[in-house]
Amino acid sequence: MPETTAPNGQSQAADFEPKIVAFFCNWCTYLAADLAGTSRLRYAPNVRVVRVMCSGRVDPQFVLEAFAQGADGVLIGGCHPGDCHYQEGNYKALRRYHLLRRMLEQMGVEPERFRLEWISASEGERLRAVVNDMVEKVRALGPLRKNAAAQLLEEATVR
Amino acid sequence: MKPKVAFYWCASCGGCEEAVVDLAEKVLDVVAAVDIVFWPVALDFKRKDVEAMPDGSIAAAFINGAIRTSEQEEMAHLLRRKAQVVIAFGACAQTGGIPGLANLYDRESVLAAVYRESPSTANAEGVLPQPHYPVNGEALELPVFHERVRALNQVIPVDYSIPGCPPTPKLLADAVAALLTGRLPERGAVLAPDKALCEECPRRDSKPEKLAIQQFKRPHETLIETDKCLLAQGLLCLGPATRAGCEARCIQGNMPCTGCFGATSRVRDFGAKALSAIASLTGSNDEAEIVQILENIPDPVGSFYRYSLPVAPLPAKRAPAAE
Ligand code: SF4
Ligand code: SF4
Ligand code: FES
Repeated sequence: MPETTAPNGQSQAADFEPKIVAFFCNWCTYLAADLAGTSRLRYAPNVRVVRVMCSGRVDPQFVLEAFAQGADGVLIGGCHPGDCHYQEGNYKALRRYHLLRRMLEQMGVEPERFRLEWISASEGERLRAVVNDMVEKVRALGPLRKNAAAQLLEEATVR
Repeated sequence: MKPKVAFYWCASCGGCEEAVVDLAEKVLDVVAAVDIVFWPVALDFKRKDVEAMPDGSIAAAFINGAIRTSEQEEMAHLLRRKAQVVIAFGACAQTGGIPGLANLYDRESVLAAVYRESPSTANAEGVLPQPHYPVNGEALELPVFHERVRALNQVIPVDYSIPGCPPTPKLLADAVAALLTGRLPERGAVLAPDKALCEECPRRDSKPEKLAIQQFKRPHETLIETDKCLLAQGLLCLGPATRAGCEARCIQGNMPCTGCFGATSRVRDFGAKALSAIASLTGSNDEAEIVQILENIPDPVGSFYRYSLPVAPLPAKRAPAAE
């Protein structure tokens, strides 16, 4: 996907396609994505899905790395509370999510860019709704990198 | 001929110099074994003396402090040219350290806070440091204050690092001994044990197998027991995520570990990993309760990136070395 960062920011909102990295657990949300596919539900093509065994497998390092490598948003999808294939994994994900969300905010990543959602294997429709909603919200925010790029430019020139 | 050694400081507090002095009588062994050719805090050598040395003639340069000004950057490049081995000495040189937290703010806000807004500042005219300033027909020069703080390896290639805020005299003595006997490990290594602090903590036996923290407490909010694992008492002890080697200094002083030794080799990003280790121990499965328990960690960046913000993967890219 071409980078569309105009030097002045602003005017490129129209052709900005957000990149969302989605970590989906193998037992629920990944199956929901499968279901959405087989039922021909259309949703925004902006997500790059990474299948993990459990939402508890998503190390906060993965999230930071995804943002650092150009993701405009990161979505974690797991089984509903009580339904995790490994009993506790999604609770772990939930605990980390709330602290990480606050840390990312301090680092200039808006809350809309980082989401944790419980989506079961049968909720293909919900998967579509979540993805579409997130893509629209991140689109409205614009690219995450725009700010970083502007910052770097400043660094190179401030003497 | 004795090997030549240089010590230099950049954006630092002076604590790392203290660690050298804290070698105490061992400092005499070091002085006997090596030739200290540059050490501004203690010896009267000048930059031009270093410039006059042949390239590669210094066996090892120990550089402490982060890089914030043009002068620090120039000195780092100069010492890199003159030294065969460059050692990032201490947390600030290794990963940015406490000065690196300033990267949460831009340069203008830092200057404004220091030179205009702080309550103890008397600066009615709002004078800010200027890199060039003409006075009586002379041009005065000051180092330029860069936009961001960088770790040493974001400015020059670094061969080894010695962690700690500050490092212990023992780690320094070990490094000098390794240097003298040519027993240095592979380039890039951190010269400290590659295991978690909990493993060498005197309180490790009181650390429960499974922790479920109901309330995080800050040291001033509680009477800290002196023989029980600090994390088990609800204090934010980063021992599980931090590299060993300090001999559990803070724990010995009844204070929780804040992570100055950084990560082990199995971790890419200390801040995210430490956050993960701590958050996972929150003792609840209920979302509202989890949020409430974690509220007692009011400053996640300051808690988990206290010593390593400049090398965090976010802000997305490293500051480029200014040419
Ligand atoms: S958590 Fe802290 S006090 Fe407890 S064993 Fe680890 S280093 Fe020691
Ligand atoms: S206990 Fe932690 S913060 Fe204290 S010196 Fe050791 S590594 Fe550093
Ligand atoms: S297996 Fe789905 S969240 Fe653990």
